[in-house]
This record gives sequence, C-alpha cells and structure tokens, in this order.
Amino acid sequence: MNRLRRFLRTPEAIAGAIILALLIAMALAAPLLFPGDPQAIAGPALLPPFQDWSLPLGTDRLGRDVLAELFHGARTSLAVGLAAAAAALLIGAVVGTLAGFAGGLVDEVLMRVTDAFQTVPSFLLALAFVSIVGPSLDVVVAAIALGAWTGPARVARAEVLSIRERDYVAGARVIGMHPLEIAFREVLPNALPPVLALSSVIVAAAILTEAALSFLGLGDPNRVTWGGMIAEGRTVLSAAPFLSIVPGVALVLTVLGVYLTGEGVVESTAVRRSLS
Amino acid sequence: MTVLAVSNLAKRYRRGGKAFAAVDDVSFEIGPAETLALAGPSGSGKSTIARLVLRLIEPDAGRVAFEGADFLALSGAALRARRARLQMVFQDPLAAFNPRATVAGVLGDPLRIHGIAPRAERPRRIAALLERVGLDAGLAVRAIHEISGGQRQRVAIARAIATRPSLIVLDEAVSALDVSVRGQILELLLDLQRQERIAYLFISHDLGVIRAVAHRVIILDAGRIAESGDARAVIANPRSAIGKALVAATPRLTRNRP
Amino acid sequence: MTALLSISDLSVRYRRDGVEVAALKGISLDVEAGERLAIIGESGSGKSTLALAIAGLLAGSAKVEGRIDWTTPKSGSSHSFAPPSVLPEISPTRGEIGSSVAGSPLATLAIGESGRDSSISLQVGEMSGRTEGGATERDPAATGANLAPVLGRDIGFVFQDPSSSLDPVMPVGKQIAEVARTHLDLTWPQAFARAATLLDRVRLPDPGTTLRAYPHQLSGGQKQRVAIAAAIAAGPMLLIADEATSALDSIVQAEIVALIRRLVTEDGMTLIFISHDIALAATLADRIAVLRHGELVELGETDQILNAPRHAYTRSLLDAHLGLDAEPVLDRQGASA
Repeated sequence: MNRLRRFLRTPEAIAGAIILALLIAMALAAPLLFPGDPQAIAGPALLPPFQDWSLPLGTDRLGRDVLAELFHGARTSLAVGLAAAAAALLIGAVVGTLAGFAGGLVDEVLMRVTDAFQTVPSFLLALAFVSIVGPSLDVVVAAIALGAWTGPARVARAEVLSIRERDYVAGARVIGMHPLEIAFREVLPNALPPVLALSSVIVAAAILTEAALSFLGLGDPNRVTWGGMIAEGRTVLSAAPFLSIVPGVALVLTVLGVYLTGEGVVESTAVRRSLS
Repeated sequence: MTVLAVSNLAKRYRRGGKAFAAVDDVSFEIGPAETLALAGPSGSGKSTIARLVLRLIEPDAGRVAFEGADFLALSGAALRARRARLQMVFQDPLAAFNPRATVAGVLGDPLRIHGIAPRAERPRRIAALLERVGLDAGLAVRAIHEISGGQRQRVAIARAIATRPSLIVLDEAVSALDVSVRGQILELLLDLQRQERIAYLFISHDLGVIRAVAHRVIILDAGRIAESGDARAVIANPRSAIGKALVAATPRLTRNRP
Repeated sequence: MTALLSISDLSVRYRRDGVEVAALKGISLDVEAGERLAIIGESGSGKSTLALAIAGLLAGSAKVEGRIDWTTPKSGSSHSFAPPSVLPEISPTRGEIGSSVAGSPLATLAIGESGRDSSISLQVGEMSGRTEGGATERDPAATGANLAPVLGRDIGFVFQDPSSSLDPVMPVGKQIAEVARTHLDLTWPQAFARAATLLDRVRLPDPGTTLRAYPHQLSGGQKQRVAIAAAIAAGPMLLIADEATSALDSIVQAEIVALIRRLVTEDGMTLIFISHDIALAATLADRIAVLRHGELVELGETDQILNAPRHAYTRSLLDAHLGLDAEPVLDRQGASA
C-alpha cells in the first residue's frame, strides 16, 4: 500500500496510469461497444469524421467503422505488447540468472548465444521469423520476444553476479540449500527490479514492432491492428489523412502511457539505503 | 575426537599478474565445545580461512577433517547434508539474510532442507528456537529488516543452531553490534556452547572480545600463523611482533596521555 | 579559552518511511577553541547527526531548530548563524532561528539578534561563502575575511568509509588539490604542490607517485590518510572525524588516531571525534560528551568520565567495554569445555 501511494505521487506515474487505464478500458470495452466484426462494412466509404454520429470517426476505404477498428486494434496492440514483453522478460531473466549464477562454461555458452541474438537487429529478426513461419498473433508475439529477451538477460546476469557475492547467498549455501533453489528463490527475486525497469521500454517497443509488422502486411490478417490501419490509410493519404493519423496518434499515446507508467514504477520503488 | 582438524591449508590469489598467498600453510585443531579464535590485522587471512573451512571457496592445498571424515572429499548432496553439522554467523546481520525474508522463513529453511521437522511441526520448532536465543516467539512473523540489529543477530544464531551443529564459525559476529548488546550476545553464545556442546571458530580483530570468550587464539600475519596458544596467556604476553602490535593497538580504558 | 562554537538547544528531526524520527533533542554544548572533544554514543544516539549539523551537511528534508554560534578566532566577535540546514523556519517566536535555504549550507546569513542589517542571500555551493556582499555589510570591523564557516575551508570532515567518501574515478592527488584550489584560490600547480606536501604529512610513502594513484589502488588505511589530507588541505580551524577509524582494523586504527592527534596539535585545530568506542575516544580526547537517543547524557573531562561517571548510562557503557584488563565472560560463567 505504501508503494502504491508513493507511485501515485509522481506526476509521471499519474499521467501514465491515466493513459494506460483509458487504453485498457478501450480494449476491454471493444466487444461491448462494438459487437460484431469490426472488419464488416458499416457505412459508405471514406466518410470523414464527425459527420455521422453513429460513425464518429468516419469510415475507411472499404467503409469499415474507424472507431470500432480503433477500439479493437487496442486489444491487439496491448495483447501483443504485454505478451511479447512478458515472454522476453521471462526468458531473459531465466537465462541471465542461470548464466550469472552458474558461471564457467554455462555462462560462456549462454552469453555467446545472447550475443548471437543481439547482433541481429531485432526488427529484422522478427520480420524473418514471421515471413518463414507465417503471420498469426502467436507468431508475432514469439517473433518480438526473440529479439527482445537479450536486454533483460544481460541486466539479470549483471545483477546476479553482484548478488552472488552477498552474505545471504553464502548463508544459503552454508545451511545446505540446493544451488537451483538458491538461484531461483534467493537470487532471482532480488535481481528482478532492474530487469523490470526495462519492461516499459520492451512493451513500448513490442507495440511498435507489431505495428510495423502489420504495416508491412506481415501481421495477423484476421485481426484489426493499428499498424494495418496506418498501412491502409497510406493509399488515400492525401484524400483522407485521418485514416492514418488517428491510429498513429493512438500508438503514440500508448507508448507514452507505457513509458510514463514505467518511469513512475521505477521512481516509486527506488531503494533508499538508510544510514544508521 | 577433534571436531575440526585443518592441516597445511593454503589459498593463493593473483592480483595484478602476481600471485600472493592469502593463506599459507595453516594448521590447527578444534576440540568439542571449545572456542578457537583467529585474530590478526585485515588482510591476514582470517576470513579466508573461515570461508575455506566452510568450503565457500576451495583451497589450493591442505586437508580439512570434520568430525573425523575428509570434508574436502564431499560434494553435491552429501556435502549439503553434512553442512547441517557446520554452520556460520556473519558480521552484518542485515546482509546475512535475504532482504525479503521473514524470521519464520529464515528459521524454517534449515528445518525444511534437512528434514528436521515436518511442515506441521515447524512453527513450534521455530518458536522454541526463538526462545532459546532469548527472543519472543511472536517475532516469527516479522520481516528481517524490521527488527533491531541485536535481535537480528540472535535470529542468525538461532538459524545456526537449528540443525544442531557441532561447530559454528563466527566471522566478526559481534563487531557490528552496539557495545551494550555485545555482552549479551557473547553470554548467549557461551551458554549455548555449554549446553549444546558446540565448538566455535571465532574470528575477530578485537582482542578484548577474544580474550573474553576464547579458550585458545591463533594470531595470523599475512596468511601465516604467527603465534598461538591459550587466549589469556597470549594476549597478556604476546611473543610475535604482530601479536605485540595488536595488543599495543587495543585502546585501554585507563587514561594514558601520550 | 573562548568557545569556538556554541550549540544551543539544537533539535533535528528526519522523516523516514513516513515516520518522523527525532535524531537530536535539545542539545546544548560548547566546543572550546583548540580542544579535543569526543562525542560517544551507540547506534541511534544522534552522534553522526550532530556532526553533520555542525558541518552543515544535513539532508534537505531535515527539520532543524536551535542555534549554532561560531566565533572566528581572528575577529573575536560573535556571529550568529542559522543551524546550517535547511527548511525555512521563519517564526519570530522562536527567536534566533534564521532562514536558510536548501542547497546553501553555512553560507546563508541569519536574521541576527543584534539588530544589525543582514540580508538573507540565496547562495548556492561552497564558493558562495566568499561573496563579499552580505559579510561586509554586516560587520565593517571584520578584516575582509568572510565570516560564515565554510565546509572545506574552515571545517574539515572525515567520513567513516573512505571507499565511498573518495571519488573512485579521480586520482587522489587531484581530490586533495581540488580542495586547496577551491578554498585557497591557488593555481593547479600550486594546489598539486600543496597536495604532495599533505601526502607527506599524512605519512603516505612516495607522494609523487601517490598523487596519481586512484583510491582503489590504496588500502583502507591509506585511503583514510588521503581523506584526512583532503580534509585539512585548506587549513581548517575545526576537524570533525565521524567514526573515521571504525572501518579499520585495530593496528591501522591506532596509527590513524596517532596521525590525527599529531596533525591537530601541529596545526592548532579544534577536533571533534565521533565514535562508538569510549576507550578509543579516551586515548584522544580532553573532554567526552555522551549521547543517548538524541540527548546529551553527560559531558565532562575524560578523567572524570572514565573514573567517576555521574550518569548510569555512562557507567553501563564503561562496564560493557571488553578491554584487555576486564574479567573475561568465560571465567565469569565458570569452567566450560
């Protein structure tokens, strides 16, 4: 409770939390407010926004409701962003902890694997993966996680290397705790905070990567995504710029909200060392 | 039967391309319920010896016989099981515990790992341990960082005796405590030694503390044994240069104006 | 001997984890010029807070009440300064409490009691103490020298842990020279020459090479010698050592204490020595002040404190000391093993 109060006192946290709350509300409300297929034709094509109040943001090239698409797109973006980030953090934390704690050959091997993944630009990696395996939501999540896990892995390993030398790890060894239990019960939870600090960046990057993949036509074709909307709007950019601008603004706000919330979390959980 | 017999222990490190010996040809024995103190300036190897004996680091040479058996030959599960008999108390009671731990968690770990008490019985055992070290059983639910330094060190001692060890290594265990608390902790340790027949390897830079609780003392200088013998006798009449320097450097309460 | 500094009813409160903690409660004591005063206490006694308050190093969020009056030996006149920290306490009913602003410790001038015109100047950093404006207005009789005690120039502070009080990425010679340059207005070559001299004074071997060494290349005792050299680089009148030897082993501790004793005598500095070890303090101090839970429990000559303590707490501290002449706990409990 104390931490929640501290979190809510930072202005970044409040701004970020509001934006994220709106977004989550959008995502959750989508099937309620806009039941049915958002990709169904709802009205005349290229209707500008604010003209017909049953279609507040107008329609796209094929006459689909832009607002409905926006709300449903929020579901996809958030789902992909959060899932990919969670996967990346999980894989990275486990790999980093194993490497840092075991040391020696295990550490060397795992770090060279990390190097290999890190030298390939993550977007190209995702691109290649999706092209080969085929575009669907799960594949997109996996593709993004493939590129994003290396950052958390390195941070986790660095933390673990320092924690490994602490007295309480030695204490755990002395009472006869199994090394795997030490690694995952004593070390990993204490190594997490800096790893979690990366989470907002990873979520933001994941959302943008998903949008880019969709823009290039490699997203899940059965889902509405903001990236896909931007791509569609590209062809009629001069006639109906709002078709690309609206999802673009949504993307910017989402990334901003995630980032600000992340900053707020880091601020509020900053460890203060007391001088006694 | 000696509890711990160390022979020709050695540990070398490389620093800046040069090898130097942190511990060089150290041998000693500890009998049951006996306190052997390791004294010496910083860098003399006291803490390294403690960590070698506990196998937190591996020696480059030498033998360690614990309760008659070769301690260095053990590994894996066998080593972990044996550790029940050989415990440690650290200098900084705050750093010695997982920052997220509770008192009950910390005391429950050794009980669980060595199968000393089934889950249902653990709370009772934990309460008994707390009372044995002079703490209220209600402390079990508190987080480690919430209690005072003296209480924390008592919890550390409780954790160390939970598995009924025959030897406890105390690495500057009272150095970080307030003067008024030190005496109580030392009395607790001596009481436990008498009742549970526990031997202590007591590391300290404070000769006053050593003199108060140790039977014998070894004075180390740059990794080697400079002097050893009955604690009171050695401190009253040191023969080695380092022993004399340590005694001279210990401040006296009587007024001596330079 | 006149009092160098006079602490009157000093109280300090911190806010930690949402709870307000009283670190000091109404401390009053005088420090004579040239004396060696030890402040003894256990953890939570407030001894470090007192040292930080005198030096003006309290955290910005600390609430301070009371007064610290300084008398500079040169001018001989008394000047009242706000306890050198921080939150504005503008309350006329509390008398002499001046306004000081966070970030400008010691250099802020208080609303004086003598009714002289004084300005509350918003100044930042140590150099601000040298601003002529406020000072000369207040006391035309002063010889142009600045009157506010400035940390570094008039007060030297030695911290407990030299690993964290020294900058790890700057050579030690430069750290000492920096102090000299800032407060004595020397050029870099002059400052480095002074640093070399100081390294020699603190008995560090081969000053020429040591000037270029980094802190991690030195041992704990050597680092603390560097910290002492930096503290006295500008020739302060007061040296505060806050548990300066607590992180060192007994042999090095004795050497550092001897070093401090010698430097303080040679330079005629006043010494405030903070420690939890009453026996150690007794080897160094003329007078001992005993703190407990933020209160001053006893203050007296070292001889009196050691041989005839008046307060029960002082007595208990002396009894708890495990010296080389004390009766061992082991024997008291009867034979064992």
